[in-house]
Amino acid sequence: MLNRLTSAIDFQAQALLLRSDRQRLLASNIANADTPGFQARDFDFKSALSAATSSMGGAASTRLGDPIARGASGLDTAPSATNPALRFATPSQTNLDGNTVDMDRERASFADNAVRYEATLRFINGSLRTLQDAMKSHTQG
Amino acid sequence: MSLFSIFNVSGSAVSAQSQRLNVVASNLANADTVAGPDGQAYKARQVTFQTVMMGQAGQPESAAGVQVSTISEDNTEGRRVHDPKHPAADAEGYVTFSNVNPVEEMVNMISASRSYQNNVEVMNTARSLLMKTLQMGQG
Repeated sequence: MLNRLTSAIDFQAQALLLRSDRQRLLASNIANADTPGFQARDFDFKSALSAATSSMGGAASTRLGDPIARGASGLDTAPSATNPALRFATPSQTNLDGNTVDMDRERASFADNAVRYEATLRFINGSLRTLQDAMKSHTQG
Repeated sequence: MSLFSIFNVSGSAVSAQSQRLNVVASNLANADTVAGPDGQAYKARQVTFQTVMMGQAGQPESAAGVQVSTISEDNTEGRRVHDPKHPAADAEGYVTFSNVNPVEEMVNMISASRSYQNNVEVMNTARSLLMKTLQMGQG
């Protein structure tokens, strides 16, 4: 029963996890902007999210009974299920030391990803507020 | 939570860049050093960066920090100036200065400080995202 209430947020939670993964990946690229031979990496968010949520769909239909054990195993399997396939960035300008970090693109992707992370947070906050409103009795504000 | 390891990644980059700035400062400070009694002037130094993986066991690939792998010395010949009256002049009257090129060092310094700023900004963004994540469900 309770997991039906929270399953509406599960999709956004997966998106949030993937956004934070991508944020870390872009931070690694920016950190290695001066490392010789470093290959910039990124992943396709759309396919990563659909892969993560399709594997989640089967696990969502759990039965009642052991919520603690289910919660713990859910936490353990979530990061490995959402492990996205990393791809190497194509350099727009070749560099003599073999570094393929394009700082302009990485900074733009970083800002873009940060905004989308905040958007996902707002979606989650909106869903939570809707749930709270539905739980309130009519006498409460 | 991946956002926490951004602090490790960017922190390692900031410390590597500050080490690079340190080396640049040493080079610039010794730009006009003359050879000592052993005939060896100061040699310009250069840091080399190296990727160091710092992810958790599940995802070792996606968090790549930086460390300074080596500090190498530039072994080119130092600048030689004919000045027989200089106390450090050799038998032929030449004074050997260090081989630091101040223009190269200034370029290196600007590059290092820009990279430093970039990483600090990354940490600031990660911090504000984490603060907003902490307030989830309160607003």
